[in-house]
Amino acid sequence: MTEAGPARRAIVELREIRKSFGHVTAVNGVTLHVYPGQVTCLVGDNGAGKSTLIQILAGVHRPDGGELAVDGEPATFRAPRDALERGISTVFQDLAMIPLISIVRNFFLGREPSRSVGPLKLVDWREAARIAAEQMTRIGIDVRDLSQPVGTLSGGERQSVAIARAIHFGARVLVLDEPTSALGLKEAGRVLEHIRNARDHGIGIVFISHNLTHAWEVGDRFVVLNRGTSYGEFERDRLTKEELRAMMEGRSR
Amino acid sequence: MTTVARSERLRGLVGRPELTALAGAIAVFLFFVVTAGDSGFLTSQGTVNYLEVAAQLGIIAVFVTLLMIAGEFDLSVGSMLGAAGVIVAYTATELAWPLWAALLIAIVASALVGLLNGYLVIRTGLPSFIVTLAALFILRGATIALTRLATDGSTQVGGVDAATQGDPLRGLLAGEVFGVPAAVFWWLALTAFATVVLAKTRFGNWIFGVGGDSEAARKLGVPVARVKIALFVLTAVSAALVASIGVLDNGAADVQQGQLKEFQAITASVIGGTLLTGGFGTAVGTAFGALIFGMVSQGLFFTGVDADWFQAFLGGMLLAAVLVNRYVQRRAREVR
Repeated sequence: MTEAGPARRAIVELREIRKSFGHVTAVNGVTLHVYPGQVTCLVGDNGAGKSTLIQILAGVHRPDGGELAVDGEPATFRAPRDALERGISTVFQDLAMIPLISIVRNFFLGREPSRSVGPLKLVDWREAARIAAEQMTRIGIDVRDLSQPVGTLSGGERQSVAIARAIHFGARVLVLDEPTSALGLKEAGRVLEHIRNARDHGIGIVFISHNLTHAWEVGDRFVVLNRGTSYGEFERDRLTKEELRAMMEGRSR
Repeated sequence: MTTVARSERLRGLVGRPELTALAGAIAVFLFFVVTAGDSGFLTSQGTVNYLEVAAQLGIIAVFVTLLMIAGEFDLSVGSMLGAAGVIVAYTATELAWPLWAALLIAIVASALVGLLNGYLVIRTGLPSFIVTLAALFILRGATIALTRLATDGSTQVGGVDAATQGDPLRGLLAGEVFGVPAAVFWWLALTAFATVVLAKTRFGNWIFGVGGDSEAARKLGVPVARVKIALFVLTAVSAALVASIGVLDNGAADVQQGQLKEFQAITASVIGGTLLTGGFGTAVGTAFGALIFGMVSQGLFFTGVDADWFQAFLGGMLLAAVLVNRYVQRRAREVR
């Protein structure tokens, strides 16, 4: 797995990661790199170990073996907060969105910009909406009215808001868990476009999918998992779509 | 095109649940103007009467609303009101404490009850409905038993007027401005305060987040337990405030004070547009809910209709309000 192009340093590097739950080995020796401005696709069927790997990246689980490095230095995530502090933000499938409150309130929930007036921490929601709109425009999200409840948004729109939110709060690496799996064709296309825009802004992306077409559309490098083990990490120009399909289907390359 | 129109309409409804409650309040007001307008409902005394009833419910209901938006119930506020009233009256008369100390001990006691309610809900993971239902019985039972013990079998503690005569704090709680009782000003001020908290503060956003989806809020870094416990404390303290106002108004405390207040507060909240399932509601809506409650409870008297119909009337309004709320919520959850 030598690097192509300029000698850029990976933001995140997983080397020979292993993780077992009791007698079940969920992940066995997986290596993966995330570079700024690149999309690393993590593909594989259900039960291949994708979720375990995501949770290791997100700081939910700690690996039993192997190494995790951030900016070239060994790192240990004891809790999701540790991952967040290093700029690794995970957008889980449930998106952590509250349907009944507005987009802008969701965008800033837990991290509201505020100034203290006596015991109260006042939030200027108009200014907050302006900031959120700016961020969303930056990754190409068509901003309508940010005061409408998230419940009125489609799945793809929610996904896009979640991505914009993660980037705004300092994500250098964005881990996206099956962001297109529940979406229609058009919606999925739009989310993929946001992913490309985020990538063009220098963010490293881990894109988890079991959809070959979506992965091939945006991926710069591919890690294929099958029952916890990895077929390896491949750069795009060393692989054909057919070879990727073969690996995903469990036939070797 | 239709989706845009529908989404606009929905946003209007979701953003302004208090408008339905305002419409309801106007309808109830007009109903009594027509049926009882010439029998005293419209006089300043009639107005003050229903405003006072509304205020004494509204002060508690506004905090019950915040708690409900955060996804929790407090069924112990009525019993808390009874307990706090006895505490104020007993310490001020039998123990001859100054009024400020009597009020302080009631506030501290209620804060502790709120803290305990919140702590139990968080630690056990049990529904707050059950935890505070237990508190309802425990508090009421203990209040009755202890009051009897302390007063040789009486269920009332009187003599508060004499004991607190001339105390400047009296005016703050039981005074009047232009004939309008202090409770009404407390009600309006606390409603305004809660409105600012919900609309304009970080804590307000946390309340919505916690009630909308506590797991999501936790993931985003909202201190879910702290938010809920703080609201349980505020709700219990609001019951102590109303208890203090009542004791100073009446000059006595009764162990049965505040019965059904917990359900009346929930009723005012729901009529005001607060969802029973949490995540949604307004303080202003609840104020209109309390106003409706006050007008109906006093207005029936003026119409000459048997006051026994009051609860039936109220129940009907509650049911109608819940149906409207459910409709709004369904539309909000729909994906375009």
